[in-house]
Amino acid sequence: MSTTGERPPSGLNPYVEIQASPEFVELRHRLRRFVFPMSAIFLVWYLAYVLLAAYEPEFMSIKLAGNLNVGLLIGVLQFVSTFVITTVYVRYANKNLDPAAEELRARFEGDAR
Amino acid sequence: MTATYLAAATVGKPGLNIGIFLVFVLITLVVVFYVGRQNRTAADYYAAGRAFTGTQNGVAISGDYLSAASFLGIAGAISTVGYDGFLYSIGFLVAWLVALLLVAEMLRNTGKFTMGDVLSFRMRQRPVRAAAAISTLVVSFFYLLAQMAGAGGLISLLLGIEDDKSTFFDGQSLVIAVVGILMVVYVLVGGMKGTTWVQMIKATLLLIGAAVMTAWVLGKFGFNLSALLGQAVENSPKAGEKILGPGLQYGKSATSKIDFVSLGLALVLGTAGLPHILMRFYTVPSAKEARRSVVWAIWLIGIFYLFTLVLGYGAAALVGPDVILKAPGGANSAAPLLAYQLGGEILLGLVSAVAFATILAVVAGLTITASASFAHDVYASMIKKGNTAPDSEVRVARRTALVIGLVAIVGGILANGQNIAFLVALAFAVAASANLPTILYSLFWKRFNTTGALFSIYGGLGSAVLLIIFSPAVSGSATSMLKSVNFHWFPLSNPGLVSIPLSFILGVVGTFVGGREPAAEAGYAEMEVRSLTGAGAERADVVVQN
Repeated sequence: MSTTGERPPSGLNPYVEIQASPEFVELRHRLRRFVFPMSAIFLVWYLAYVLLAAYEPEFMSIKLAGNLNVGLLIGVLQFVSTFVITTVYVRYANKNLDPAAEELRARFEGDAR
Repeated sequence: MTATYLAAATVGKPGLNIGIFLVFVLITLVVVFYVGRQNRTAADYYAAGRAFTGTQNGVAISGDYLSAASFLGIAGAISTVGYDGFLYSIGFLVAWLVALLLVAEMLRNTGKFTMGDVLSFRMRQRPVRAAAAISTLVVSFFYLLAQMAGAGGLISLLLGIEDDKSTFFDGQSLVIAVVGILMVVYVLVGGMKGTTWVQMIKATLLLIGAAVMTAWVLGKFGFNLSALLGQAVENSPKAGEKILGPGLQYGKSATSKIDFVSLGLALVLGTAGLPHILMRFYTVPSAKEARRSVVWAIWLIGIFYLFTLVLGYGAAALVGPDVILKAPGGANSAAPLLAYQLGGEILLGLVSAVAFATILAVVAGLTITASASFAHDVYASMIKKGNTAPDSEVRVARRTALVIGLVAIVGGILANGQNIAFLVALAFAVAASANLPTILYSLFWKRFNTTGALFSIYGGLGSAVLLIIFSPAVSGSATSMLKSVNFHWFPLSNPGLVSIPLSFILGVVGTFVGGREPAAEAGYAEMEVRSLTGAGAERADVVVQN
């Protein structure tokens, strides 16, 4: 099972068993259901920002308050969204991913013994 | 208020600057010697025994990530081209979400010491490890160049050692050589544990230094950001209002706008493919701690980049872009000049010492990654086919570190004077093209196979490097590395827009060209279960750290 050595024949592989278990399928589903859409959201939001900065400089330069303009606001909002997504993910993982992962891992280690 | 710097070739007292820097070097050397004595196994040397906490590692990641590009480069870019410099910060930060959501935890669970461990996990070992090692070495080399170039610029400003074009080895080269030698000492003596402590010390100093300067700058304007921006506009006679909006650097033509998008793409997808960042996730005991490290890193890095926004515009407002550009070191000297303007020689000395420390620490991190990749992926796995004692592997890693030190010194002397943030952006483009597609396909796509991995790594790496060589960044423009010749035909400075999608496509094409690879598909069960649950993952050797 080391990354450099030989693998055991797949028929005896406890990983295949776990991978097929409904608990694992559910864990994978929960992970992907969160990380894929969330990645799409932040990438689109970021690329929208980049495109606005490249092609709509006039829009980005509209002043909102004093010398603070739209570009600065959207830029800072990128920071805010990054912090928010981070926090939301950690909560989600703690609640919906970690317990299942730990249980499956314990089961695997029980098998291995 | 600004003409005074130009009269003297240097800013501040060289003696004081060197003194403060030496204190940092001395303290870190003591730490490195102290923790280095505890290095016993390969896991100690490469992964610090996997015994750092998530918080410690998060601080160290910030230390690794907030390189000279972030501090000197971004502050310099914002002070001279305004808003366009801000894009770097945003790209560098948002990129961490890729690492957080898609890479960090799974990588921690599947790998052992290097990026190659994950890429070759279920593939044919030798070819994929070789590809991973080559790409690690190339990315680290680009990144190293940027840091060493930063060291040269900083020296010229602080010590008054001009870049002497007539000889290859001048005073600046000597300083670059000293930086190279110091970093090799850190790595050889301290291993990953020593390097990590250097990163943590440096990150703390850098964050405190930037926070103090930010508060100071804002304080001068009564904590009114708008007033600060107004003064920056007033002090930028050429650009004026334009520094507040995008387009000053990248808005000139249709090509430069596409270049901006290309840069943006490379920045956001590069981080999760940087080998020296990925390797940091092996220094913690579990995936959960890896997640915690990323969260810490995101907060620290994000806050730091908000500081650089103030520092960049602050340097424009208080020092002025014209003075910055004329100073030795050019745009890269904005932050040190601002420090001098604010707090005189002492603050300048402190900030410069922090900047030096930054370069030194990042360079050490890169060196350990590159040497580990060579020793672990090339020497132990390919040349010795896994039949090697960990001791001899570590010995090879140490020797490689020496060679990398030499290469970095020579490369740094050549790259001296280039804009650091820009050079780092090239490293990001190469990392995003060569590494990220294979990492993601390996983790999420069962059918992905050896041929796909090789197509994607070599295709991404090759196209990115070739396009850089034939880009205006290397030849044929006023800001090129080689100004006197012109062999460029690729219009963009940053290749990301072409090479990153190309690498993703090549991964798919290669997978279908290679046909079904039952071993790779069977290995996916182990990889997936391990990556999601941590079953069978590498454990920490030691339970307690210090």
